[in-house]
Amino acid sequence: MIPKKVTRKWEKLPGKNTFCCDGRVMMARQKGVFYLTLFLIIGTCSLFFAFECPYLAVHLSAAIPVFAVVLFLFVMAMLLRTSFSDPGVLPRALPEEANFIEMEIEAANGSVPAGQRPPPRIRNVQINNQIVKLKYCYTCKIFRPPRASHCSICDNCVDRFDHHCPWVGNCVGKRNYRYFYLFTLSLSLLTIYIFAFDIVHVVLRSVDSGFVNTLKETPGTLVFLCAISLTVFSTVVEVLVCFFTLWSVVGLTGFHTYLISLNQTTNEDIKGSWSGKNRIQNPYSHKNIIKNCCEVLCGPTYPSVLDRRGVMPEDLSVSAPSGASDATATTNTPVPPNTKTTAPLIPNEHTPDEAKPSIATAQKNTASNPKEEKPSSPRDLSPKTPAPIVVKESAH
Amino acid sequence: MATELQNLQDLRHTASLATKVFIQRDYSEGTICKFHTKLPAELSSRIERTLFEDTVKTLNNYYAEAEKISGQSYLEGCLACVSAYIIFLCMETRYEKVLKKISMYIQEQNENIYAPRGLLITDPIERGMRVIEISVFEDRSSTGSSSSGSSVSGSSAR
Repeated sequence: MIPKKVTRKWEKLPGKNTFCCDGRVMMARQKGVFYLTLFLIIGTCSLFFAFECPYLAVHLSAAIPVFAVVLFLFVMAMLLRTSFSDPGVLPRALPEEANFIEMEIEAANGSVPAGQRPPPRIRNVQINNQIVKLKYCYTCKIFRPPRASHCSICDNCVDRFDHHCPWVGNCVGKRNYRYFYLFTLSLSLLTIYIFAFDIVHVVLRSVDSGFVNTLKETPGTLVFLCAISLTVFSTVVEVLVCFFTLWSVVGLTGFHTYLISLNQTTNEDIKGSWSGKNRIQNPYSHKNIIKNCCEVLCGPTYPSVLDRRGVMPEDLSVSAPSGASDATATTNTPVPPNTKTTAPLIPNEHTPDEAKPSIATAQKNTASNPKEEKPSSPRDLSPKTPAPIVVKESAH
Repeated sequence: MATELQNLQDLRHTASLATKVFIQRDYSEGTICKFHTKLPAELSSRIERTLFEDTVKTLNNYYAEAEKISGQSYLEGCLACVSAYIIFLCMETRYEKVLKKISMYIQEQNENIYAPRGLLITDPIERGMRVIEISVFEDRSSTGSSSSGSSVSGSSAR
């Protein structure tokens, strides 16, 4: 290890994330779809600014491009805020805490006869007079707090987990749900706005076409014709992109508005946690739509508990291996190897291989497999399923 | 010099050997940050119940203050939203202000009450707000209260 260079805590985080700007930016590993989102938004908007806005500003009002720019900047700010922030990742238990929980579980279960499966690791808590089951996470070695879930893509437990959204390249959870919602809301407005003014533009141009036809007859207007056809082409592209985005994004916004008014997460909605068939009602809801909306959109801004930019204490790296050797549990050993990785630019690239044994042993233990896979279903939701949601919504 | 080193290593050894007690979250009122105030059996010989309960209750009050949904939090939320949350780059949120108060409070409690008894509270934010971790230092009698005091200052510094 190079002396003087400090090790920051983000370099040792065990999840499958990427970090930029020395830990300030935190995202999932797969970012391909995120770049597609950026490309579509920026591409469509620049076509709109380049070809329609000048005409509309002259013929209608100068306020049209100004408002579009404001909306565009807001959309981008919300997108980057959602993508780059910590969604509310719960740090994994340190060896001592894991041992403590392990001992508690053993004490609660009593002695299990050899060859028999130990009972499932579940802790019941009462929330607002409602019994809620807390499941044990074999990867993070904690009882997941209520509403938290393990994201199989990022390999982290996320508080108030909503879903993993590949379009924004991050999990959506407690800390960035509000940004995500504002992103979808402002993006719907932006697509409607661009779509509407594209139509207006086409209509205005066709009214003016008499004027264009007279120009066609005069010689030397080839350049002008080229410009016209380019404008037509860009309008067609914009209308197509907007038309397809419109349905999915507006549908998604509607779906999330519905969820917010009930104070539910996508994860809970998909699992049907509070669907009523079990006579369990959502214990987190205030039973008041406005209050629920206010809590989700204007509630306190939770701090990140990861302390990504914190400096790794020197003595911890020395004492950690000895602490782990003291600890009897074999599952703890995959944690210390992380302290040895020194990959400042491609962080956490080493961790999955080293973390695999722990995941493998965890899966061997009991039926943790279905638990780990469950959260992956919400991931599929936002890419393409907004449309099915719309169908479901309208079917009612 | 050699003995000094020996002493330091002893200290580190005792620090790593310290048993740890974890106070769990109390979810009875929902997902707001609140901890159980019941004194765990492991600590009953070390500290009076009222002292411990006072500490945890004060902490709970701080967290409740941070997470309370009031006019002020609405104002903060709306203001931030209008500025596209850019205002948070130069403004401290209410939660962060309370967290600073909490870490000051914990430090003060550690110095005045817990360290003399060979105990040490870790700020819950360092454990993901899941637990209050209380380290129990084992052999106070051999190393004396000064050693536990210095170990306290060493670990609270980080």
